[in-house]
Amino acid sequence: MGGPLACNSGGLPREVPFTASEATIEVQGLSKRYGQRAAVAGLSFELPAGQLLALIGESGSGKTTTLKMLNRLIEPSSGSVRVGGRDVTGVPPHALRRQIGYAFQKVGLFPHLTVAENVAITPRLLGWSKQRIEARVRELLQLVELDASFAGRFPDSLSGGQAQRVGLARALGANPPLLLLDEPFGALDPLTRDRLQQSFDRLRRGLGLTVVLVTHDVSEALSLADRILVLRGGRCVQLDTPHALLTAPADPYIEQLLAAPRRQARVFEQLESDPGHA
Amino acid sequence: MREQLALLPRLLTAHLALSLFALLLGVCISLPLAALASRRPWLAQLAQSAAALVQTIPSLALLALMVPLLGALGWPSIGFLPAFIALVLYSLLPVLGNTITALAHLPPELTEAARGVGLDDWQQLTRVELPLALPMIVAGVRTAAVWTVGAATLATPVGADSLGNFIFSGLQTRNLPAVLVGCCAAAGLALLLDGLGKLLLSGLKKRRRSWTALALAGLAALYLYAGLARLFARAPDTLVVGAKTFTEQYILADLIADRLRDATQRPVRVQASLGSTVAFDALCNGDIDAYVDYTGTLWATVLRRGAAPADRAAMLAVIRADLAPRGVTVAAELGFENSYALALQRARAESWKLRTIGDLARVSAGLVMGADYEFFARPEWRALQRAYGIDFRERRSMDPALMYQALQSGAVDVISAFSTDGRIAAYDLLVLEDERGAIPPYDAVVLIGRRLAQDSSARAALAQLAHSIDSERMRRANLAVDLQHRPVPDVARELGAPERR
Repeated sequence: MGGPLACNSGGLPREVPFTASEATIEVQGLSKRYGQRAAVAGLSFELPAGQLLALIGESGSGKTTTLKMLNRLIEPSSGSVRVGGRDVTGVPPHALRRQIGYAFQKVGLFPHLTVAENVAITPRLLGWSKQRIEARVRELLQLVELDASFAGRFPDSLSGGQAQRVGLARALGANPPLLLLDEPFGALDPLTRDRLQQSFDRLRRGLGLTVVLVTHDVSEALSLADRILVLRGGRCVQLDTPHALLTAPADPYIEQLLAAPRRQARVFEQLESDPGHA
Repeated sequence: MREQLALLPRLLTAHLALSLFALLLGVCISLPLAALASRRPWLAQLAQSAAALVQTIPSLALLALMVPLLGALGWPSIGFLPAFIALVLYSLLPVLGNTITALAHLPPELTEAARGVGLDDWQQLTRVELPLALPMIVAGVRTAAVWTVGAATLATPVGADSLGNFIFSGLQTRNLPAVLVGCCAAAGLALLLDGLGKLLLSGLKKRRRSWTALALAGLAALYLYAGLARLFARAPDTLVVGAKTFTEQYILADLIADRLRDATQRPVRVQASLGSTVAFDALCNGDIDAYVDYTGTLWATVLRRGAAPADRAAMLAVIRADLAPRGVTVAAELGFENSYALALQRARAESWKLRTIGDLARVSAGLVMGADYEFFARPEWRALQRAYGIDFRERRSMDPALMYQALQSGAVDVISAFSTDGRIAAYDLLVLEDERGAIPPYDAVVLIGRRLAQDSSARAALAQLAHSIDSERMRRANLAVDLQHRPVPDVARELGAPERR
């Protein structure tokens, strides 16, 4: 699967000068205030190229707001975002976004376009050839485990899970070096979710993609992320590797977040080692 | 009925062209305006308020307002242009309103996704927002189409041919079949356009390309037909005789058209149902070549002079001198007068012993007067008030065609009448004597514009009409159309016949 997906070359206009190996993110003192309320307050972190950062925290903790400030869907009240070493305010927003794949929590497929047209929208903006776009759409539908016959269907005929998979394919459409994913697996049934998580993991490691993943599924964050940033009330509670987070949580809040997956894991282990216990 | 149907193809085509092109320009204005306004709330507010303001002006008034407005700009003030502009304005609101509303209420996750995938502002508008708003936009266009086709019937009084020709002349001459033909044709046209819009909308919503294509092809065919018809319909050689909105005018216009046709061997057509001052303006502008007006009307409302001289010859001399600089010539005095008069039922007049307007003034405070739309605003009414101190318990303005019925039913006691109206005899009414001469003479005169003034054969032919019709013959001719429902062309021919050599 890694082979055909790796073709991120071929004369496309480079509107933002960064490649996968340069797709670093540096966030400095990032804040977003709505009136008196601070959705994000003084957030700073760095993400090396090729790594996956998971943002976790309860609803309203500022995960999505942070994600949207990275590609300027939301303009920060203060602070700076640098992508590939350059301040994002130095490029036209649309040019920036064409280099950054984005999967929305509400998916937001365009209802007047077919599945194929939805997936192809950014490649078309970048002036890809017709053949290249067709090949790319086929490849991506395969990746998100949708039959090729879905290409001509319209979003209103898709289930929630199918739509979410098309949304993920759209984010990957133009082979961007940087991905911002907002709950990309949330609407999937557990089996599909697991398979897609694994193939996504292989894909992003193979291509060396830099990814910021918003999720409130702690297990998902632990299994996919290189680093996890725990948000509470718009502030960073801890930024660490999954291992460090599990072994040395910096705050009782993180203990709470970890409690449920831990308990589930314990139940599984007990059931496996002692079938009579239940 | 047959003669009405014979007119149908030409008027239907004219109506179609007028409403279709007004609609097209209306959409071409309101759609970009709405798109611009979707990013600028102040503009949305402004544009919608302006369009709504236009909508509050009654459509008939809006069309009529275009005449002096265009005249002041020095543009052709009657005919296609004023009707076209008014209809364009009238068609703006539905498309503008629907588009602005649709663009403002798109699901926010879709506009955000549009930005997120890297569309710039223009691409976001054209590739996502407008396609999503399309069903609402088409719905707005459908509404505008129906409004425009309906309002286009009001183009007739400003001198543009439309299905309103049937309705205006039919109402005036109580020719119900004509009214019916006009209404049904207009309704049919509205239904056709609405049906095509509905097909287009269903095609878009259900993604049936064949439906969408069929609807678009139907619309394209209509536009092509209307455009070609308009292109080839223009015959600059045609002479046009104007007529105001009452029976006598239709008959005389027909008679004059006959004479001009014989004398000039050119095509001549009648442009009927023009507003009173519209006809004069049209003559000055060369949009029509001839029509019949009345000395009293010219004196007071066109030349805006004060008290009229009692002497007819002196009055006419002044009028001739005043009209000359405007390129208007008096070609003939027809020989009868059609003046404003006050009339009531003979039996009542006798029982109340009323013979003159002075007699009426003594009892009028308890009576109701019905009059045509302009009467109470005219100088004649002020002159009557000055001369007799007359006023009524209630004054009602109504359609002239309905005044006689109102008088018969007792809804009004006195009406304003025209002295040549055939219904004065038919309804057995008494015309009260104007013993103080408050109302000036209203001698009927044929007016011609510059084009005909240079045509000696046409002038000679019209000069033959001089003093050829007296009040009694005119009244009989009006009666024949109004109450015996005889076709205008037949009556016109008979009215002209005795003088023909």
